[in-house]
Amino acid sequence: MDFLLVLIIGLLYTAGLYLLMRKSFVKVIIGLILLGHAANLLIFLVGRTTKGNPAFISSNGLIQEPFADPLPQALILTAIVIGFGVQAFAIVLFKRTYQSINSDDLDDMNTTDSMD
Amino acid sequence: MILTLPIILPFFFAIVMMLFWKNYKAHRIINLISSFALLVIAVSLFIMTNNYGIQTLTIGNYIAPFGITLVSDLLSSIMVLITSVIAFGTSIYSLSTIDSENEKFGYYPLLQVLLMGINGAFLTGDIFNLYVWFEVMLISSFVLLALGGKRQQLEGAIKYVTLNLLSSALFLAGVGILYGLAGTLNMADLSLKLSSIPKSELTTIVSILFLVAFGIKSAMFPLFFWLPASYHTPPAAVSAIFAGLLTKVGVYSLLRVFTLIFVNNIEFTHTIILILSGLTMLTGVFGAASQMEFRRILSFHIISQIGYMTMGLGLFTKLAITGTVFYIIHHIIVKTNLFFISGVVQKYSGSYKLKDLGGLYKIYPLIGLLFLIPALSLAGIPPLSGFWAKFLVIKAGIDVDQFLIVAVALFVSLLTLFSMIKIWNEAFWKDADNTNQNKEKLTLVNTVLLFLPIILLALITITIGLNVEPFLNIAEKTADQLLNKNQYIEAVLGIVK
Repeated sequence: MDFLLVLIIGLLYTAGLYLLMRKSFVKVIIGLILLGHAANLLIFLVGRTTKGNPAFISSNGLIQEPFADPLPQALILTAIVIGFGVQAFAIVLFKRTYQSINSDDLDDMNTTDSMD
Repeated sequence: MILTLPIILPFFFAIVMMLFWKNYKAHRIINLISSFALLVIAVSLFIMTNNYGIQTLTIGNYIAPFGITLVSDLLSSIMVLITSVIAFGTSIYSLSTIDSENEKFGYYPLLQVLLMGINGAFLTGDIFNLYVWFEVMLISSFVLLALGGKRQQLEGAIKYVTLNLLSSALFLAGVGILYGLAGTLNMADLSLKLSSIPKSELTTIVSILFLVAFGIKSAMFPLFFWLPASYHTPPAAVSAIFAGLLTKVGVYSLLRVFTLIFVNNIEFTHTIILILSGLTMLTGVFGAASQMEFRRILSFHIISQIGYMTMGLGLFTKLAITGTVFYIIHHIIVKTNLFFISGVVQKYSGSYKLKDLGGLYKIYPLIGLLFLIPALSLAGIPPLSGFWAKFLVIKAGIDVDQFLIVAVALFVSLLTLFSMIKIWNEAFWKDADNTNQNKEKLTLVNTVLLFLPIILLALITITIGLNVEPFLNIAEKTADQLLNKNQYIEAVLGIVK
């Protein structure tokens, strides 16, 4: 399981970074989303995965060791919510820009970096 | 209690403004009240922290390493104080420069949410919470940057948004690995736990992840490209508050994590910071020297000045950290003021392009004088504040025999003077060709509102320059607190190590 997650995280980072370097708006957004997922899974993995033992205290007041650490999952939830909001904004921004400059090619967006 | 106010207050007033969404004229008044209240609170927070030591507050009474802690040490309270000064200045300045189109779409509520994010980032003692405040700050800055929807703004916003989201993803990954490594998110607790791990290579790797993430936020070499592509596009008031505060949140975070958490492998991490600082200074100033647009020159100068601040961190002696803190105080005020003035120049002559400007000194000698104060201070001419700031970091460099970085710093400050003189010559001194007809006529009230914040900040610059002793003492005390991290840990966790 852990090994599989490692592979997936690596794959997501690779794909995300590759897409970020493409010229098309849509690909850049997908790249950003993939990077966000990769980071979330990374937190999940380094928070140690424990199979089938949630951190619930049973009726006798004891907790069964080893139990899953709930904190990384709380972090991921927060990060997902934030990521969702930010990505939604990014999509709208890209769409608005597309309407304004009639192109989805990042290379056409050079007016802010030109010299005069 | 007072610790939460710099966060809650802007949030509260933002909500109040949203209740009166249609009545955007009321926003101006509420925004002024909010900024003034923030200033009062920030002053009292600073006095409290200075007199009674580090203030802490654990949210919801979860004891320290488990709950989220708000911490105000000297560095945090100084940053909150300057933020509120700049916020107050920007609030006044916005009254006469932001057009009603932007006000209709919620310029003032966004400004307050931005302040909430910035203050939250300065006050939190929890590394994941820092990430959350970064996002709050970023999303409101995204909207502020794109508000108005001009083509330039949208293009700038795309570059700004993409690179900052990349930085956030890296920061988040760093936080995750750090949690896996130490099992805690509280910065004081992290500092304790990581110092007990014997020279772990993994810690160093995570620290580089943080360096890259915060390096993007603070526009260090080679991660600065979003800054000159976006900062010259929004209205002058927005550029000014961005230029003053946003990159400095990055520098603050660097200063925090690299004095508190990642101090196990100083010769490696801090040497990298030092080298990057030199390159940041050089690229920034060369970029500025080649530009011919008022705000683009200033944007590139932000980058070169960031180099001076991180140079102090890289040297990592008491004097150097003192220099960094002093530099941050000086820089925020001067840089915001220069952006304010660029807006005034645009108001009076209709352009930011140096080739369209000219002859301003003849018509408005006051603007010329007000420009010279922050400009010469930025270049480091005594007795203005920039001289002392540069003197401190350079002296710190000489003390530890880092002559190369000292040479770079001196050379860069010479080139800074060059590009400030370039602006002076082009915009104020050379003969005007009165072809530009975009001039606006200002009413007397608007003129006063326009110049009030500029004069205020210029006075602060002069005060720091002529009466340097108290500011120096505070900066030194701050450096002392940063380098003796046990004080911070003790205040947060309540244990004596």
